[in-house]
Amino acid sequence: MNGGGETHHFRRLVAIWLVLAVVLDVVYYFVVGPHVPPGTLTSTASGAQFDFNVLFLIAFPVVLAVWVYWAYALIVWRGSRAGAVEPEGGAKARGHLGIQIGWITTTTVIVIGVFIFGTVELVVPAGAGGGEGPDPIWTPTSHNVLPIQVIGQQWQFTYRYPTFGGFETRQLMLPADTTVAFHVTSLDVIHSFWAYQLGVKADANPSEDNVAYTTTKQPGAFTVRCSELCGLWHGAMYNFGRIEPKAQFFVWAQSTERQNAANTKDLPPFAYTYVPDANGANGAYYPDNVDPYSKVETYGATSPGK
Amino acid sequence: MGRGRRLALVGALLAVAVGLVVFTTMAFLRSSPPSVDFTAGHQAGTPVDLTLQTVGSVGFGPHPTWVSYLTQAPNGQWVHTTLWDLPAYTRINVTVHQYDSGSPLRNQQYGQVIGTIGGDATLNGKTFRVINANNGNGVAHTFAIPTLGIEVPLYANKPSPNLCAAAPCPTNSPHNIVSFSFRTPGPGQYPWQCFIPCGLGYLYGNGGPMQTVGYMGGFLKVVA
Repeated sequence: MNGGGETHHFRRLVAIWLVLAVVLDVVYYFVVGPHVPPGTLTSTASGAQFDFNVLFLIAFPVVLAVWVYWAYALIVWRGSRAGAVEPEGGAKARGHLGIQIGWITTTTVIVIGVFIFGTVELVVPAGAGGGEGPDPIWTPTSHNVLPIQVIGQQWQFTYRYPTFGGFETRQLMLPADTTVAFHVTSLDVIHSFWAYQLGVKADANPSEDNVAYTTTKQPGAFTVRCSELCGLWHGAMYNFGRIEPKAQFFVWAQSTERQNAANTKDLPPFAYTYVPDANGANGAYYPDNVDPYSKVETYGATSPGK
Repeated sequence: MGRGRRLALVGALLAVAVGLVVFTTMAFLRSSPPSVDFTAGHQAGTPVDLTLQTVGSVGFGPHPTWVSYLTQAPNGQWVHTTLWDLPAYTRINVTVHQYDSGSPLRNQQYGQVIGTIGGDATLNGKTFRVINANNGNGVAHTFAIPTLGIEVPLYANKPSPNLCAAAPCPTNSPHNIVSFSFRTPGPGQYPWQCFIPCGLGYLYGNGGPMQTVGYMGGFLKVVA
């Protein structure tokens, strides 16, 4: 194979690859991209969708480069083809400096670029919906944040709204266009609060206040699942939630506060964490030697201290 | 006996041993409490009466000290199971004979009645919507079907040596009667369970009977 032939093949390969890559990326971006999960219900969900789309747009040309070369070689350089040239050994088989430099440079740029992109996207916006522990580093810019406590217990999530009298419910309702701070904790074993369509995921650890932020955008439904294997009924530990327009949310919150008033007064004072071993509940596995029938012991809540 | 026959014999014995191990393992994995059928002879539009009892220690079987639910079959016999076949789109009138003692709740949220017809239940004939578990005898167990949004706390008995400790409990043992109704949805399998950590001696009280079908949780098999 002479130098002119190699140049011809190289240009043809690049041309085929470039056309296919541009077509595939454009089609993906406009047709598939807007529908990629987890959707656009919140800022963090939109961020995750953007990340997936960027990774796909980078990956398609790379995959196509391999597939196009593979198909081209099978068709053009197959041994049975009339006039096929036998492979040459010797010095020409040792490699091509230009291709080697191009390959190493391209892959290095892609890997380092994805590394930087991924690292930035892990923390933007405001922790990217991940649990940041009790003292978050990446906080939202909004000064008007709605706190909602997520309480994991075998095998159900419940939610407390401290700004609405501290009522507790099994239904997670959120107002649209609002920055929300989820304070995630557990009353027993480790759970994980995963609101997929919200782009929020935070571990629920006993005696820990794990904070995750998101900003809701438009109304819609979402699912909450436990994503930490927590026992027999782990698979049934899910419920559904909704983002409602602000006015409807306030109607719901105020009516729920009224409806639950009788039970709310029996709840412990709101705290960011609770002490599951000081409530005297059944089970007799509590290291503080609580009399399970004592009327003194209650929920064991500690003051927020914040 | 020749070498070939000895090898064949050893091979056959090995095959039998492996077969027995596989059979036993599969039998264990596939074992399940019986399901009580409330659909046989059911006429559409008529309610189904479901009677249960909760007992602090079941008193028999492989785990006699475990807390458990029991189900009364349509023929009146008590069955140690938490699996029921129920007709779809039907009112289920539930009566629970609660024989166990209790305590304050880990989460008082479970002291609320939620999702029943009328949003309430009756305790010994008296209507209630909330039980403050920090007062009185506390709450022993709950009856909850999370996927249907149903939750009913079962008021506890005062701790006493006279409490029934072996099922099925006679009605002259101290107990509370909690009644409520709900409607079954369309066909499907819906898990139900107790949400009170009542697995005595297990981590956070949620092991053992709390994680074993047939004791403190099971399934509603709703059929068309």
